[in-house]
Amino acid sequence: MSRQSNRTTDNKKMNSELFTLTYGALVTQLCKDYENDEEVNKQLDKMGYNIGVRMIEDFLARSSVGRCQDFRETADVIAKVAFKMYLGVTPSVTNWSPAGDEFSLILETNPLVDFVELPDNHNALVYSNLLCGVLRGALEMVQMAVDVRFAQDTLRGDNVTEIRMKFIKRIEENLPAGDE
Amino acid sequence: MKDMADEVLFDFLHMEMVSHVYKEQQSSKGELDSKDRAVCVSILEGMGFRVGQGLIERMTRDSPSFKDELDMMKFICKDFWTQVFRKQIDNLRTNHQGTYVLQDNKFALLAQLSSGKQYLEDAPKYLAYSCGLVRGALSNLGLESVVTAEVSLMPSCKFQVVIQKL
Repeated sequence: MSRQSNRTTDNKKMNSELFTLTYGALVTQLCKDYENDEEVNKQLDKMGYNIGVRMIEDFLARSSVGRCQDFRETADVIAKVAFKMYLGVTPSVTNWSPAGDEFSLILETNPLVDFVELPDNHNALVYSNLLCGVLRGALEMVQMAVDVRFAQDTLRGDNVTEIRMKFIKRIEENLPAGDE
Repeated sequence: MKDMADEVLFDFLHMEMVSHVYKEQQSSKGELDSKDRAVCVSILEGMGFRVGQGLIERMTRDSPSFKDELDMMKFICKDFWTQVFRKQIDNLRTNHQGTYVLQDNKFALLAQLSSGKQYLEDAPKYLAYSCGLVRGALSNLGLESVVTAEVSLMPSCKFQVVIQKL
């Protein structure tokens, strides 16, 4: 499947309600297809991963961001460029670990959860887990293995949504990237 | 209307969604026959239906009521299509008996696929959700319909809407 190269850099904004409602329809379908929330979370992560590994190319082409010097710079690019470009929000980067290998992205508003309320029987569902997969997949393509998870979620009554990212290791360039 | 998500992300999400539905069916059925593929199409169509209902409700909240069926179809071709697929329908034809053919010469969700023959065969997968969006939108406007789509030359596409008279 090849991406057309004649797309312009601007004019890529779309109706975010379509995006949000479509995402909701997908999560609903997954909840029908799988027996428990853990399986749904896993599947969302996997789908996000598939998106991330392909989207990184689009991101690098459109953002013209160069190689990051360190994890702090990576964090800033993710928050200020990537989130802004794809979801129209800019999370704040905070809660750095002393070693500088772990930080949090705090989202005041999460565009995926507009109009969403979690039903009572889905206590373990991490509704926006797709985002973790996207980040993991995209970073893997630029040789960074990271662990990504939701630490807080407004859907569960937290005040903000917090995505915790931990740097694991740099992936050697000559190894083929992991496949899922 | 907020206008901040990015179409690239949506296109990828849509592709993942299509691939999930087919894989899920495959894992329970093995090799897919035409009946299984019809099930997949109907799942995707159903997802689109509910989303189409939600979208049109928000779009028409402040608009005046429509004067007739053709007026609604024009709204779908212009306003709805622009909001959802980022351009207007290129050509609308009708037999004035409840059948409408909407032609989009560069359909957004096919633009990502290359124009090879194998993708032509795959095209119905990538149209099912959109057919559902249109049927859902029309249903919320009070028109029950059957919506199908066909591709003869990528990425152009024709949607046929047949209004079901009660």
